[in-house]
Amino acid sequence: MRQTNLIRNIWLGVENLLLHKLRSFLTMLGVVFGVGSVVAMLSVGEGASQEALEQIRKLGSNNIILSSVKPAEDEQASTVRSHMSIYGLTYADLERIASSFASIGQVAPVKLVRKEVRLHDRAMELRVVGTTPEWFDLVPREILAGRVILPSDRQRQAPVAVLTEFGARKILATRSAVGQMVRIGGDAFEVIGIVRSEAGQSQSMQIPDQDVDVYIPIEVARKYFGDIITRRTAGAHQRERVELHQIIVRVNDAEQVEATATGIESMLARFHGKKDYGMSVPLALLKQAEATKRTFNIVLGSIAGISLLVGGIGIMNIMLASVTERTREIGIRRAIGAKRRQIIVQFLIETVVLSTFGGLIGLGVGVLIPFLITYFSGMATVVTWNGILLPLFISMAIGIVFGLYPAMNAARVDPIIALRHE
Amino acid sequence: MAAKTPSHGNRDIVRLENARKIYQMGTEEVRALAGVSVSFEKGSFWAIMGPSGSGKSTMMNVLGCLDRLSSGAYYLDGKDVSQLDDDSLSELRLSYLGFIFQSFNLIPQLSVQRNIELPLYYLGWDAVRSAQRARELAEIVGLGGRLNHRPTELSGGQMQRVAIARALTNDPQIVFADEPTGNLDSATGEQIMELLDNLNKQGKTIIMVTHEPDIAAHAKSRLHMMDGLIDRIETETHETDQPHQEYLARR
Repeated sequence: MRQTNLIRNIWLGVENLLLHKLRSFLTMLGVVFGVGSVVAMLSVGEGASQEALEQIRKLGSNNIILSSVKPAEDEQASTVRSHMSIYGLTYADLERIASSFASIGQVAPVKLVRKEVRLHDRAMELRVVGTTPEWFDLVPREILAGRVILPSDRQRQAPVAVLTEFGARKILATRSAVGQMVRIGGDAFEVIGIVRSEAGQSQSMQIPDQDVDVYIPIEVARKYFGDIITRRTAGAHQRERVELHQIIVRVNDAEQVEATATGIESMLARFHGKKDYGMSVPLALLKQAEATKRTFNIVLGSIAGISLLVGGIGIMNIMLASVTERTREIGIRRAIGAKRRQIIVQFLIETVVLSTFGGLIGLGVGVLIPFLITYFSGMATVVTWNGILLPLFISMAIGIVFGLYPAMNAARVDPIIALRHE
Repeated sequence: MAAKTPSHGNRDIVRLENARKIYQMGTEEVRALAGVSVSFEKGSFWAIMGPSGSGKSTMMNVLGCLDRLSSGAYYLDGKDVSQLDDDSLSELRLSYLGFIFQSFNLIPQLSVQRNIELPLYYLGWDAVRSAQRARELAEIVGLGGRLNHRPTELSGGQMQRVAIARALTNDPQIVFADEPTGNLDSATGEQIMELLDNLNKQGKTIIMVTHEPDIAAHAKSRLHMMDGLIDRIETETHETDQPHQEYLARR
């Protein structure tokens, strides 16, 4: 029967707060800064973690990436003239890995050599990637023109090359891309396709592909360029014999990734006398990134929680003062016939309106800050719905929690005494 | 001890039976009401008088459902309300009673209209009907043009008119007036008393606390209190002009 309308109550609360604009604003500031910092910090944290996740996605989350690493002793020995260091992953490793693990779906060997790629008078040193068609499944990139390497190219040992967008622009310039004949280290290759590359943005993790890549069938790379790389530096020959520079392994089931990585690790350890290989598991990095994010969120949450607590205490303090100041008003309302519960509701709504309003302003501030951070520093920030709704919900909850005590104080006012209050 | 105005068939609107109110002030017991039995008829106009500490304010608070008796019974419109809880007493005040105070007790941040509407807000009336009712009442007390003013912009007499309008919003059975002219000059006080006289003529029961004989003279019955007990009761016939003339004569 006497269902006093909530909206009307809220409006009355707003009106009352507008009577003391400066005081209400100052009271809100605690919540404004609290919510602002929560929103800003959450979006910075979310941005950082999404950036990490994006990099991991580029690596392929179910992939295991094995790389050849020159052992430390060879690094010193290489100063000796005409010494040849033999290390790294071998074709035998590739066979063993591909045939030993049921959990493995696809395997792509990678042979790397830097060669000059030339078309008429345009030349550029590129990273020649000798690989198999599986590469394009394991490191999926958008095909911009033509096609990628096919199994038939391997069989025919066809001298075909897939350029990256970057390389194509540098070498082919404005000429139509596909079908051009380019020279890679003196040998003629037909450009069959152009793919996008994702490299150039990663700092923390090694992404398999680079802007300066040119992909050719691995058999062709082996036939044309061999397994021995000679580098001439300061009059000394550095010769290295490396069969495969990388092996990229795709595990079918994400659950199996870690077990497979451990298996490969122990298999390689058995067949390699020295530690001349490295392994990176994006999924492990992913998990690590998520754990880091969780820790980060807990820390941020605590800091934000403290600032919101301070804001809440500020509100409670002012509301207690307001109740004392308005003792007479409370007495009048009670004498007229307001019940205790209605007095509680009145003051509670005022507090919640105050804190929610503070929360909304804080939200504006909190969304502006990440925007400015991204604008001035280029750091990725992401404002999520959770990052908006959670602080807003919390600011409302603060109004209730910190408004309850002052409101109950208000309801305890004895109308007889309050009406004599001057 | 029961006192009645000359009966014309109305029932008692309030009746106290052996009403006691005892306060504990430190170690001392204060017997604000020391066993009072009295009844007021519907439509009567009472002045409760007495020196300070006589118990007249306590009497008023008890009758106004603002305070509860320590012992004894209080019948409001035939119903025993002495055992009701705080919420039920609030309901009674909201539905049956109206209050006018010495210091007006308007809410300063609310406009005249909003002050008058206040009981309707708790009665759950919608805004449109409330505003209409407030306008009507403001006209009755002669403040039709002041609805959007703040109480602080009004004179004392105007504030008391707003308070009277507010006390009438819920169409109460009884209007309580606690020293209604105490903060007003005598001419303004006289105007306020005229308003109360009119209310009484329209059938409202009025219970007024005052220590001014001139003001008390407006009431048809006067109850004098002393030390928590009824000292004496004066009642008049219905020649309402008579006290008024006395008052004029004394000036």
